[in-house]
Amino acid sequence: MVTYSEDMTDDDRVFKALADPTRRFLLDRLFERDGRTLGELESELEMTRFGVMKHLRVLEDAGLVVARKSGREKLHYLNPVPIRLIHDRWIDKYAERRVSALADLKSELEQSS
Amino acid sequence: MMNATQSPTTTTQVYRVYIKATPEAIWDAITKPEWTERYGYAARVDYDLRPGGAYRAYPGAEMAKYEGVPEVVVDGEVIEADPPRRLVQTWRMLMDPELQAEGFTRLTHEIEPGQGGVTKLTVIHDLENAPRLAALLAGDNEAEGAGGGWAWVLSGLKTVLETGSELDR
Repeated sequence: MVTYSEDMTDDDRVFKALADPTRRFLLDRLFERDGRTLGELESELEMTRFGVMKHLRVLEDAGLVVARKSGREKLHYLNPVPIRLIHDRWIDKYAERRVSALADLKSELEQSS
Repeated sequence: MMNATQSPTTTTQVYRVYIKATPEAIWDAITKPEWTERYGYAARVDYDLRPGGAYRAYPGAEMAKYEGVPEVVVDGEVIEADPPRRLVQTWRMLMDPELQAEGFTRLTHEIEPGQGGVTKLTVIHDLENAPRLAALLAGDNEAEGAGGGWAWVLSGLKTVLETGSELDR
């Protein structure tokens, strides 16, 4: 059973969700092909349906998977936004300030002409 | 090859972000040009917010510097506008002829208020028959300077609404 302390942040949930090989495997499957049912995901793992559901729940709580109903089915989608948020903030804080990608492209085009 | 039991919804991309802002503020940030030029591709949008109304995105100052950038970079039509909760529209990228040839796709924004002043924004983009656009919006072309797609757009939107300042681009 996964329990969260009340002061657990969004980032903590993301890192915790990613710190498990089964959950990373599930994300990799969704990266290959998005919008899968529980049944499809379950068929790729040597694990009970309940076990897969538990892992999907952790991924959903972290925002890494979004489940949406489509007709009678519930489809699971990979949501890369939480990882992007961590990435963008990390770069803002610690890395060299990124020059605009468009500015790079502009100088490249100008040099080659 | 796609088999018969595989649902076509696998060409749908779904993105979700939680933003500490009101649904109204998020609605404005999506539909008003003074907001849209501050994040993501920094285009200036022009929405006629009623069913059948036109949607156009014009290049922002940064994008307009380049030669060959069309006057309108994205066009489409509003299907459903229910402010500040739900916006459904068609969406076609006009930045290059190949993307334009993939035609209109269907884009939905869903805005749901949550607890503690945090609002849930979900973007659902149906990209059937638009593989190049799907790759672009998944961020596959970011290294070539084509922007990081929806995840990057939503990260910028969250930053500008929560901090009042723009993400480095």
